[in-house]
Amino acid sequence: MTHTLHTKGQFGFDRRGVIAAVLASVALAGCGGAADGSGDTVVAAAVDGAIEKPNLTLGFIKLTDMAPLAIAKEKGFFAEEGLNVTLEPQANWKVLLDGVIAGQLDGAHMLAGQPLAATIGYGTKADLIAPLSLDLNGNAITVSNKVWGMIEPGLPKDANGKPTHPIPASVLKPVVAKFKAEGKPFNMGMVFPVSTHNYEIRYWLAAGGLKPGYYAEGDVQGVIDADVKLSVTPPPQMPATLEAGTIEGYSVGEPWNQAAVAKKIGVPIITDDQIWHDNPEKVLGLRKDFAEKNPATTAALLRAIIKAQQWLDADGGKNRKEAVEILSRPNYVGADAAVIAASMTGVFTFAQGDTRKAPGFNIFFDKYAGYPFYSDAIWYLTQMRRWGQIATDKDDQWYFDTAKAVYRPDLYLAAAEKLVADGVIPAESVPETNGFRGEQGGFIDGVTFDGSKPNAYLAKFPIGLKKGQKVTAAGITGG
Amino acid sequence: MATAYAQPLQDDPDATDPLGAAAMTAVSEAKPAAELGAPAPSSDALGGKIKVLGDALLWPVIGIIAFLGAWAVLAPQVDTSLGTLPGPVEVAKAGAGLYSEYVAARDSEAAFYAQQEANNAAARASGNAAAISDFEYSGSPTFLDQILTSLKTVALGFALATLLAVPIGLMAGLSKRFNAAINPLVQIMKPVSPLAWLPIVTMVISAMITSADPLLPKAFVISALVVMLCSLWPTLINTAVGTSSIDKDLLNVGKVLRLGWFDKLTKLVLPASLPYIFTGMRLSLGVGWMVLIAAEMLAQNPGLGKFVWDEFQNGSSQSLARIMFAAIVIGLIGFLLDRVMMALQGLVSKNRTV
Repeated sequence: MTHTLHTKGQFGFDRRGVIAAVLASVALAGCGGAADGSGDTVVAAAVDGAIEKPNLTLGFIKLTDMAPLAIAKEKGFFAEEGLNVTLEPQANWKVLLDGVIAGQLDGAHMLAGQPLAATIGYGTKADLIAPLSLDLNGNAITVSNKVWGMIEPGLPKDANGKPTHPIPASVLKPVVAKFKAEGKPFNMGMVFPVSTHNYEIRYWLAAGGLKPGYYAEGDVQGVIDADVKLSVTPPPQMPATLEAGTIEGYSVGEPWNQAAVAKKIGVPIITDDQIWHDNPEKVLGLRKDFAEKNPATTAALLRAIIKAQQWLDADGGKNRKEAVEILSRPNYVGADAAVIAASMTGVFTFAQGDTRKAPGFNIFFDKYAGYPFYSDAIWYLTQMRRWGQIATDKDDQWYFDTAKAVYRPDLYLAAAEKLVADGVIPAESVPETNGFRGEQGGFIDGVTFDGSKPNAYLAKFPIGLKKGQKVTAAGITGG
Repeated sequence: MATAYAQPLQDDPDATDPLGAAAMTAVSEAKPAAELGAPAPSSDALGGKIKVLGDALLWPVIGIIAFLGAWAVLAPQVDTSLGTLPGPVEVAKAGAGLYSEYVAARDSEAAFYAQQEANNAAARASGNAAAISDFEYSGSPTFLDQILTSLKTVALGFALATLLAVPIGLMAGLSKRFNAAINPLVQIMKPVSPLAWLPIVTMVISAMITSADPLLPKAFVISALVVMLCSLWPTLINTAVGTSSIDKDLLNVGKVLRLGWFDKLTKLVLPASLPYIFTGMRLSLGVGWMVLIAAEMLAQNPGLGKFVWDEFQNGSSQSLARIMFAAIVIGLIGFLLDRVMMALQGLVSKNRTV
């Protein structure tokens, strides 16, 4: 597996890559990864030992899907597992990632794409792992009042006069054309080049026939050949950037879509659940060497978070109100409780007065939300290839190897099985799987995804890189 | 060479300047302070003294009341996406809220330790040594904790800056050649913004501190070094000016007495340039405090700057009031630091032995 980690071109800011590579090579010597049995037994033997590092600092971004961490702390699940955890808000995803890589943070609430991108060397190179998925869904796309005013009259309405959902991106086509005719770019925001939100808004736009732009090798703008120009803005600054008119819409996690509603500056147009039903969201990101040096700590950390996830989804969401109160404290998400509640308590508010039931908007425990499926990782990798972040073709095996190096269900299972044995979580909450979800539907464009056939999946998209294609500053070549 | 350098304050114009405008005028270089202050009032008559005191208190109070009034009237008319701009009352309430959060945090800290102690006692009683824990309370830092962190950081940065700047300044004042050598560097480095130093310092420190559990947290060292790099210059320049402007007669006396360089330094040079050094230090501390807040904000290092940024990111209906309260506290602390330095400066000037 080692060779796959280093074959990728090491472009970009790689100053820490060297240190990380040294650490990783030491670490890799002792670990064959998740796939072979020897790794499992090492982990299993050590997870019940004494906690190696009880004092931990975890980073997070002010988003409601950091809830499992806040709940694990406030409801005493970390303490139950013998951990003394400090939670530290971070300014943006880059600062958070650097903090984990440099070791100021022991782990963090991460974008699923971050450990994958770091491992393949897109951006800062480092060996990170994702032993647990924090949640499903939880994002939405919001457009400015101006854009909403331009498309709203033409939308088909249901019996109550409310727009029918899901709203396809094709409704934006005339707006984008109008902007183009006036010589203005149509800009939208997302939170990070390898973020879920980036791939979701790209998926939605492309499904509606709008090109979201490609990344060339070494380029992090991703606006080559774009109809809609996407740019990076940290989540909490999204509403302010929209209000300032720099962007016409954005793709972001909660509470920042509800904040646009509350401040009357924008209208959420679609949720990520409508783009891809029950899509995997944030993960817990750790350094690979941290997990290897501290197996018992890692297991305790995972157990505490799994307990918190169960608490969040318990009894049809009876604890969500308390969760909203905890998250609204200034040291966690800090937004007003009403804004957080607008998406956390089984409903989602689109326009003012258009609140709809959205029971699956945030799923933390049900539907195996915590299990890090390899196929989820492969979906993210396919999107990185689709938009040029992975510059050249990779064979299917490369996708499997990369997914298995980063996503670590072995660590998840070691923690979850102990909880099952102790009677804390029901046995049926842990899936029996080879890590692939099988053929998945639920996408807005009706295309199905099978994690075991990544290249076949990529061939299905009308917009997106095809086999043999490369992106240069001038556009797509080859293929 | 002195033309390129700052003109230190020769006398204290603050008698008529209780709000510390002297600090501002002192920053604007090369402007003799005497031009800016009103002529010193005659203090021979008692009535005069009372009048001076009345003037000193009356006008500042009027100024503050007028400001608060204007704030209270104008703030509600500014409508932001976080609601209207908070007025003085809301900001005061936010301050009280921050204090009660501090009290609540201390209570939960005490509860945490009591619980831990109880658990440990139970573990000891049952002979389960493995269950004994000795954890530090891991709650989030409150506003007061952040103030303390910022003060510690600025203290370290300022101490480092002084330790570096005074010897270099002395050398530059004593040696025309050394001065000529460093002058261009000083002139170029002096105006560099802390925001430009920050990424460089961050990268260097991250590479240098590799220990998993360093003596001082990385973030703390980074902030302190940025403060040092930016607050170095006023002390350095003023020390150089003070040293070079020693009365030549004194130096000649030193030569006649055949003083060694160490005696010359401690008996002549230092005493004569101390007032200048302290003037420089006072300016340095002011610069350092301003730089620190920016550094904390940008690099997410703990302290008041991080508090402000976190609140901005929260974007709740309370956030603006809390940020404004923090701004007032930042100003007050800067003012107090300046007063402390001014008192020291006055002390040194009075005890001049030369």
